[in-house]
Amino acid sequence: MLDSRFDGLLAVLDFSVFLSPSPEVGANYLTYLLGGAVWTVILSVLSWVIAFVIGSVMGVFRTLPSPTLSKVGACYVEIFRNIPLLVQLFIWFNVVPELLPGFGPWYKHLPSFWQQFTSATLCLGLFTAARIAEQVRSGLRSLGRDQYGAGLALGLNIRQVYNLVLLPVAYRIIIPTLTSEFLNLIKNSAVASTIGFVELARRSESMAELKSTVFEALLAGTLLYGVINLIVLFFSRALERSTKLPGLLGAQK
Amino acid sequence: MYAFDWSSILTSLPFLWQGMVITLEITLVAIVVGILLGTIIAVVRLSKNSVLSAIAAAYVTLFRSIPLVMVLLWFQLALVPPVVRWLFPKANLDLNLIIAFAAFAFFEASYYAEIIRAGIQSISKGQAMAAQALGMTDRAVMRLVILPQAFRRMIPLLLTQAIILFQDSSLVYVIGLADFFGVAKNRAASTGSEVEFILFAGAVYLVLCLTLSTIVRQLQKRITI
Repeated sequence: MLDSRFDGLLAVLDFSVFLSPSPEVGANYLTYLLGGAVWTVILSVLSWVIAFVIGSVMGVFRTLPSPTLSKVGACYVEIFRNIPLLVQLFIWFNVVPELLPGFGPWYKHLPSFWQQFTSATLCLGLFTAARIAEQVRSGLRSLGRDQYGAGLALGLNIRQVYNLVLLPVAYRIIIPTLTSEFLNLIKNSAVASTIGFVELARRSESMAELKSTVFEALLAGTLLYGVINLIVLFFSRALERSTKLPGLLGAQK
Repeated sequence: MYAFDWSSILTSLPFLWQGMVITLEITLVAIVVGILLGTIIAVVRLSKNSVLSAIAAAYVTLFRSIPLVMVLLWFQLALVPPVVRWLFPKANLDLNLIIAFAAFAFFEASYYAEIIRAGIQSISKGQAMAAQALGMTDRAVMRLVILPQAFRRMIPLLLTQAIILFQDSSLVYVIGLADFFGVAKNRAASTGSEVEFILFAGAVYLVLCLTLSTIVRQLQKRITI
């Protein structure tokens, strides 16, 4: 005899559950999950902005002649890479508001949804920045010293050499690795569910529990993550094509 | 200013150590099973059988495109409980621990498979041809010639993945298992020293992972030719 729980595996999926009302007012479970997917995307995009800016600065720091700045960059990367994302999230959620004088009172007046959102965005942004810093650094390294020297010889200062010569090429080289970092960021954003932020993973979990339709809920959540992945890949290919430089490997003709 | 009180951490050290044992168990099981399963998947993926190769590729793509949190939810809510009850109907097992072992082993296998595939592909074709010319079967070529060299090259990458896995294992928080961080959070709740416990957990992970990654870097320097 099979255990009754085993029936779950064999039962035919019941898709009508997606049309039944969800905990969110006026939404059925389909729009409830789609709303979760939208929050996943919003969270990921905002974190990406933070990650891109700070990651670029730290990555450039690591290639600068100044030993102090390059150490700052290295320390940043080591700290943010060697603490688990989950622990970092709870540091932003429970620790920083207690310790940071200016941030704490402002943060504590926010509704809990925005507290979760702020913590998750900062955490994912600064965590991903460490990874982007490594990509930017290796992109800059791959250009060699010649272009740097040539830029200086033309009378540009270091800032101009980076902004006008090195970074425009380096970013193009690392578009594929940046894309996979963005995909990682979307996956990592599911960690925000642990502090109660109602993104896609959290919503498919609560649908699984509230409606006891485990397979339907997890399947829908998983598929939505897949769809987001595909959309990102599509845009990144388009970006890669439109920014291709002639003369580099990977450029056609 | 916040008044730190670290005293409850001292009294919680035995509990934290028990949690660390769980963390290490999950990491170790996932490394061993992940590398074994990952090797099989990588070899199958590179095999001439196009159906098996497509299945292996699908396995890798599937696990690598889903968040680890979702994988844990799948194993917790849908996959593990019925299988365990079916296999061991009478036994009184720690279901959460089995869920963690299974989820991390299957998840990490997909990451290890990619590392191992790249390692196998980095061995020159001439090696395989020479071994075949000596009369070895395909299986012997893989086992005696390709894999030993590939694994030697992959050691730093496999170890780096192990460090990532050690950090990721903290996500068993999602299924309510008391690993190192889970214990820290529980003690934080019962003693009221949330700030201290979270900072302490972060510091422990930082020191351990920094030490391990420094060792891996030294090793990498020594074995690069």
